[in-house]
Amino acid sequence: MKVYFRTIKDLPVDEYFGPGQLTCAGCGPSIAIRWILKAAGSDVIIVNATGCIEVTSTSYPYTAWSVPYLHVAFENAAAAASGAESALKVLRRKGMLDAKAKVIAIAGDGGTYDIGLQALSGMLERGHGVLYVLYDNEAYMNTGIQRSGGTPHFAWTTTSPVGSKLKGKVQRKKDIMSIVIGHHIPYAATANLAYPIDLANKVKTALDYLDEGPAFIHVLAPCPPGWRYPEEMTVEIARLATETGYFPLYEWDHGMIRFNPPSNTHFDKSKRKPITEYLKRQGRFAHLTEENIKEIEKEIDEYWDYLSKLVKTFG
Amino acid sequence: MAVAKALSTREEVVKERVGLTSNYAAAYAVKTVDVDVIAAYPITPQTTIIEKLAEFVANGEIDAEYIPVESEHSALSAVVGAAATGARVFTATSAQGLEFMHEVLYIASGLRLPIVMAAPGRALSAPISIHGDYQDIMSARDSGWVIMIASSAQEVYDSIIMAYRIAEDNRVLLPVMVSYDGFLMSHTTEPVELYHEEYVRKFTPRNLNRPRLDPRKPMTIGVIASPDWYYEIKYQAINALKESKNVIKETHNEFNKAFGTNYDIVEKYMLDDADYVLITYGGASSGNAKEAARRARERGLRAGVLRLRLFRPFPTDEVVSAIKYSKVVAVVDRALSPGNTYEGPVFNDVVSALYNKGINKPVISVVHGISQRTMLSDDFYNLYKKLDEYAKTGEYPRKTIFIGLRGGEA
Repeated sequence: MKVYFRTIKDLPVDEYFGPGQLTCAGCGPSIAIRWILKAAGSDVIIVNATGCIEVTSTSYPYTAWSVPYLHVAFENAAAAASGAESALKVLRRKGMLDAKAKVIAIAGDGGTYDIGLQALSGMLERGHGVLYVLYDNEAYMNTGIQRSGGTPHFAWTTTSPVGSKLKGKVQRKKDIMSIVIGHHIPYAATANLAYPIDLANKVKTALDYLDEGPAFIHVLAPCPPGWRYPEEMTVEIARLATETGYFPLYEWDHGMIRFNPPSNTHFDKSKRKPITEYLKRQGRFAHLTEENIKEIEKEIDEYWDYLSKLVKTFG
Repeated sequence: MAVAKALSTREEVVKERVGLTSNYAAAYAVKTVDVDVIAAYPITPQTTIIEKLAEFVANGEIDAEYIPVESEHSALSAVVGAAATGARVFTATSAQGLEFMHEVLYIASGLRLPIVMAAPGRALSAPISIHGDYQDIMSARDSGWVIMIASSAQEVYDSIIMAYRIAEDNRVLLPVMVSYDGFLMSHTTEPVELYHEEYVRKFTPRNLNRPRLDPRKPMTIGVIASPDWYYEIKYQAINALKESKNVIKETHNEFNKAFGTNYDIVEKYMLDDADYVLITYGGASSGNAKEAARRARERGLRAGVLRLRLFRPFPTDEVVSAIKYSKVVAVVDRALSPGNTYEGPVFNDVVSALYNKGINKPVISVVHGISQRTMLSDDFYNLYKKLDEYAKTGEYPRKTIFIGLRGGEA
């Protein structure tokens, strides 16, 4: 990652994701999108999948976007972005357009892990120069908290309820980064809205690589009503996700894996905060037993094992 | 109808006369209009269109971005993205592929995007049939697209050229689908006169002056609308489709003048004094009906054929004025509207058009050629004879007649 911004004061003052939105108080995704657009600047075209951000930011006759914006449907942000990118390329070539605009696709976890995975895979395989941003709030929050492939193990949602037989989501969270990296694209990174400078630098880095092919950024974006915590806690919860090792910050850059602070020290488990610090603040995990927490901890350790093997191979 | 006075002579505009399938004719039309972005997925009987276009791109014969997408849903989504960015786009599909696009069909018309698509018609699963009929097209008829149905390879070529001009007209800005018979046209070779590129490009000038994604003039496309707004926005799109008929007619006239052709939104064959009229669409059923009409005329029956070239918006006035003095009309459908009072979809459109003009006359619903079940001109000749019998007895069937169906009641 090239460092474009060192402190928050380096970020542009311009706002491209402005007022006029209907997000919930403390909305993680809207915080993330605001940082992303600040970093990206005005010469972009946004293609947004159906989801929280789309329904809250484009309520006709208002719009929160002061950059060109297209929404088509839930599962096809990557396909529509492929078309927009191809159009820019050919129109420039034919001398019908002089803009240097770059295309950014934005989708939630539902539109990425689940219904949109096919279109995403197609776009990555074909090598379109599009930055795909996944804002992960770990459930279908737009339709009222239903589980997705990105929902963590044991988390309560309305379609993975806590009952007498089943306690929250039965399956583990899908490893979307591994799926994306499997397409051998130039750049993929995880980011967290609690680390805006890291996020902004990753956005700039990704945009700089688009001439070579696609880039992907997986942003953790907590959701107060869906995760069941007080709305003023969004940034704190997000930071805990990384500090406890639940959501590590790293990047895949041309076949190399690099861990970013503070996750770069987290291969040593003693440097991570206990996972309970993260879990106990969220109502969606309120039902967890000691045994459940142990299992989550085991899964996180396994994941770090896997990551350390990746670092050994690709570091 | 008299041939419109040509601005240029046919000899002048025609570059060469070649043998082409309707699918290849579609690909050649796309080549000639200077398309920017093509996205498609292979599906029978459409595949040879995109194979040909892929070949053109690979040989540098067209300067376009070809996106070999991973599904039809993405094919239409990609051309939506490209059209919204200002590009001239093309896609093609059939049958299950058109069904897979179905969600995006409504979005393309709702966003008022000038997309052109070729869609050779095919039967829908289950059971699987790769063969031709118009069930897929009928299933897309309410999606707000302009739909044309051609009956020859030449007409496919000409219609796709016209489609770009219609779709990109600022008074229209709607997607246009050009359909024709799967296999019976998509895979059979006919002579086609190809035009010099300069004439086609002159006929289809670029319209970059339309709403599109441009960082210098940011615009939000694809909003969410509350119940307070949705209805009116949809009404505008419906109105645009309704009013596109004038632009389509105008485009036909100008095309006739520029290329020395003789197209109208309906085709009338021996209709002036016809007692018995078959209303058809597509290549095979229209061809057979015309042949049967010619034979029926030899036997003293005043037979005629009305072919629908424009299907959406439905040419209500033109259909009614063409059949208003006939005794009996039969609508030959190559698609089904299951569960309706009459199972022929276009029959229902024709009856609705007559009702609109306050005309009550015997109209018979006929289904034929489902999944390319063989249609003989004899079948259509016998149909004319039946219409004559009905007229003589004054008794008309009050249900759809299924011709060529084994074991059914006909």
